[in-house]
Amino acid sequence: MAGLTGRMSTVVKAKVSKLLDRAEDPAETLDYSYQKQVEQLQNVKKGIADVVTAKKRLQMQESSLQQSVVKLDTQARQALAASNEDLARTALERKNVAQTELQSLDTQVAELEDQQQKLTDSEQKLRAKIEAFRTKKEVIKAQYSAAEAQVRISEAATGVGEQMADVGLAMQRAVDKTENMKARADAVSELEAAGTFEDLTQLGTGEDDIDRQLKQLSSQPAVDDDLAKMKSELAQGGGAAPQIPAGAADGPDGQTGDAAAGAAQPPESSQS
Amino acid sequence: MIVRISGEDQYRLADDDAARLNELENAVVAIVEGGREDGFAEAFGTLLDYVREHGTAVGDDEIETSDVILPPSDVSFAEVGREFTGEGLIPD
Repeated sequence: MAGLTGRMSTVVKAKVSKLLDRAEDPAETLDYSYQKQVEQLQNVKKGIADVVTAKKRLQMQESSLQQSVVKLDTQARQALAASNEDLARTALERKNVAQTELQSLDTQVAELEDQQQKLTDSEQKLRAKIEAFRTKKEVIKAQYSAAEAQVRISEAATGVGEQMADVGLAMQRAVDKTENMKARADAVSELEAAGTFEDLTQLGTGEDDIDRQLKQLSSQPAVDDDLAKMKSELAQGGGAAPQIPAGAADGPDGQTGDAAAGAAQPPESSQS
Repeated sequence: MIVRISGEDQYRLADDDAARLNELENAVVAIVEGGREDGFAEAFGTLLDYVREHGTAVGDDEIETSDVILPPSDVSFAEVGREFTGEGLIPD
């Protein structure tokens, strides 16, 4: 109508109309069109549930990474207390990688939360329109001749269809975003499965392939800072030691550190 | 005139607003066609704000078909760019 010929809105409208054509079959009976609207509302609900599932998955990954950060930090302190600076550095490098992943997960979870909110709002709006359609349909049926009613109800169905198409579009965008995030989440899962954030002391002293890759990934200055900070804390009377029951020097407390952890200590303690 | 901001709401605007709306949209399109992202977010935001400020939201219980449909507010420069090269917001 009002001569609006903007190219962007024309393209968007054409796309929505296309979705609409796909959704609306003129041969359908009018009551069936309401029934179909209700069905599609169920699909919207399912779409929202998918977004929530994706979000929960990321949140679980977050909490597991948080645990890794704490563990690796503890291990770095233990290694430093045992004067094994190389092992401490490796632990801090891994902690750094885990922390970077955590930050990115935070952003993604926030983004999904936003998507979820938008879809929920859209769903409510669509529900209201469908309800309005139902009422209107009954009124029209009662007041107009069959032919006139047919036309008026079709018009209303198109209006609801547009709302439906719009929700469909929002849903498609949400799905695309979750797909991207899923790919990234899978990559982090693989790192975890490969033991990247696992108990470092299990690896022995040899630097493996993962270590070399992680060194490239982790930001070196941050690791240096961490290391320096830990050293100064240790120098100030081992304030951070509570998790290391026996300390490095008092070897005999064998049952707390497992065998592998012990392997990191003996050479230094026996020399000094 | 009914204008929909995708993913948001429908707004009822005076027919007189069409000319200004057209200008604002053309400004966005010009930026997108120029291929440089500078100013895109601002121009697109101005367009949407114009609709929100000059229009009245259509009630949830009213059923209207839109005369104009604008992309969602969080659309990216790249997405709008793709609009004009086939692969749009809704895959063909």
